[in-house]
Amino acid sequence: MNSQFPINQNFTKESLKKQFRLSEFLAEKIISSVAFLSITIIVLIFVFVFKESLPIFNFGKSDAAKTEITTDSKPESYGSTPTEELKPETYGAEPAAKGELKPETYGSEPVTQEDLKPETYGDVKAEPTVESTSNETPEAVSENKEGADKTWSTFFTTEWVPVSEHPRFGLIALLVGTLKVTIIAMLIAGPLAILAALYTSCFASKRTKEIIKPIIEMLAAFPSVVIGFFALMVLATFFQDIFGYDSRLNAFIGGVAMALAAIPIIYTISEDALSAVPKTYTEASLALGASKWQTAFFVTLPAATPGIFAALLLGIGRVFGETMIALMATGNAALLSANPFESVRTFAATIGAEMAETVFGETHYSVLFFIGSLLFIFSFALNAVAEFYVKGKLIKKFQGK
Amino acid sequence: METTINETENQFFSNKKKGIDIKGKFVVGITQVAVLLIIAILFIILGIIVYEGREKFSWEFISSFPTDGMTKGGIFPALIGTFILVVVMSIAAVPFGTITAIYLTEYAKENSKIAAAVRFSIRTLAVVPSIIFGLFGLGFFIQFMGTGMDKAFNGGELHWGQPNILWASLTMSLLTLPVIIVSVEEALKTIPRELREASLALGATKWQTIKNVVFPGSVSGIMTGTILAVSRGAGEVAPILFTGAAYYLATLPKSLSDQFMNLGYHIYIMSTQSSDVEKTMPIQFATTLVLLILTLSLNLVAVIIRSRIRRRAK
Repeated sequence: MNSQFPINQNFTKESLKKQFRLSEFLAEKIISSVAFLSITIIVLIFVFVFKESLPIFNFGKSDAAKTEITTDSKPESYGSTPTEELKPETYGAEPAAKGELKPETYGSEPVTQEDLKPETYGDVKAEPTVESTSNETPEAVSENKEGADKTWSTFFTTEWVPVSEHPRFGLIALLVGTLKVTIIAMLIAGPLAILAALYTSCFASKRTKEIIKPIIEMLAAFPSVVIGFFALMVLATFFQDIFGYDSRLNAFIGGVAMALAAIPIIYTISEDALSAVPKTYTEASLALGASKWQTAFFVTLPAATPGIFAALLLGIGRVFGETMIALMATGNAALLSANPFESVRTFAATIGAEMAETVFGETHYSVLFFIGSLLFIFSFALNAVAEFYVKGKLIKKFQGK
Repeated sequence: METTINETENQFFSNKKKGIDIKGKFVVGITQVAVLLIIAILFIILGIIVYEGREKFSWEFISSFPTDGMTKGGIFPALIGTFILVVVMSIAAVPFGTITAIYLTEYAKENSKIAAAVRFSIRTLAVVPSIIFGLFGLGFFIQFMGTGMDKAFNGGELHWGQPNILWASLTMSLLTLPVIIVSVEEALKTIPRELREASLALGATKWQTIKNVVFPGSVSGIMTGTILAVSRGAGEVAPILFTGAAYYLATLPKSLSDQFMNLGYHIYIMSTQSSDVEKTMPIQFATTLVLLILTLSLNLVAVIIRSRIRRRAK
């Protein structure tokens, strides 16, 4: 490494003085600004995912805007963004050209659909705006208001029928489905992973530990689509033979498969938490005559509780937002029931399955983005709790404050 | 391993109470069963996929195009699509990840709030569900950047404002950024403080120290991070569902603005939306086997490099 030092032969007084070097100054500035990129990305994710779901909120606003519209100023009252003005209307010629460009693409369905309506949501509402400018008809507004009320009120119903004459976006069934899968997965993954972590950090010899840890962590390298595929092809048939239920793909299969995805996360973090318990704790316990297992269960495990709690939270986060396994193994039927052997549809799977079929800018599209922002907020909150609350507790515990 | 524990337990308890011994054995046994169960499941998955996939798995399968409406033939375009995806993704993510890691280890002060915020957002990035990245890719890259670029350069003609490799790769690079940052940071931490101090004492500026002492030491970390990121990117499907993956393409992608086929997406499509799932089962298992070999071997390499870094630290 030494050979890579630049050799500076002539040390003069000037060269020894700390001088201002523009390139270094710039490089350092670039480094620190790049470091902020991750913060920026988080903010951007929130802004853009939420932005696309805004129309369903804007509909609500049009209620208040109604009076304004009937009097004078129209475009602002809709809360529609400047994109509306920026958008050139050259899209009209697009679809035909696009269809010729990519005829081989079987999956181009969503593309061509999007091409037909490539305008942002601002434009969709822009049409009634323009209309109301010319006609001054409050009917156009009240129509919108009705649509908005429908969208909002259907959120708390149980029916998820996004594509129909009267679309209903009942999130309750999806929420119940997601919770069902999450609970099943956590009931399986939680105990298994924590017990395994306990064995690895408290009972296993050093050599065994070095073998076990990488093997279990290898499970994390399994892509979720592979686990989903395995659940779909093998687990579903296997469990149907045992339990003999009707629907081959159901919440239970999804839960088992997601447990496989959550185990390595819970295992790794709990193992870290258990290993971080100060040696003095276990030594004191052993010196008092407690056996190894007593020390593990009554001293080490309670001391590591906050860390294990964090592990479980992050496991929940993983299962809650898992898309591919949910898409492939849960059956994807938005049924509302407590039976674990019924098909369910989770939030993430709904986005994954339906986004490609939505038309850009319509309510269905916005609702899917709204579900996305819910998922994002939820995982963000879980992470924040795991980070701050749990860490604070751990520090307090180990420093005896 | 069972015997050693039980032996010590026996020795310990033989001249004490006998009752606890059985309970202790039982409790330790349960934890052991948990470990064995997890490992067994892992090998069962591996075993079944290898067993079912071996029949179709061949060089010809890897190097040929799918034929007859994807009921026959190979997975060549999916493999190439995945390859292009991870290459473009790495080009985008590795520099940013490395620089962020260098900032965190070299520039950020111990208790600085900014560094804490950066760390927190990196960890948040790591736990955000992958489908959210897909939504973000659609909302930001395609609808915002893509249509924006079309307006600026193509006079509104639709070229970038649709799903393609570039947007899919960039979306994927956001997902794998934390992986790279964590790996590089870990490698940077193993560089002894004395080395940096020696460099500074010899009159090198901070930047020179970073360029000539710290950076060369982080190369192995960058490698581990890149390999892990590639392994992750090759396997994720949710972020590319609507940012660029295509069901079937007759030709390989020619430019960054083309759509592409992808191994994981191929498995998903074949197993859920194929016209004849039963008939294409061997193809599905073989594709899964290829993907699994790819991700697991990459991970193995990363683990080996990482253990070397750790040994150096000792």
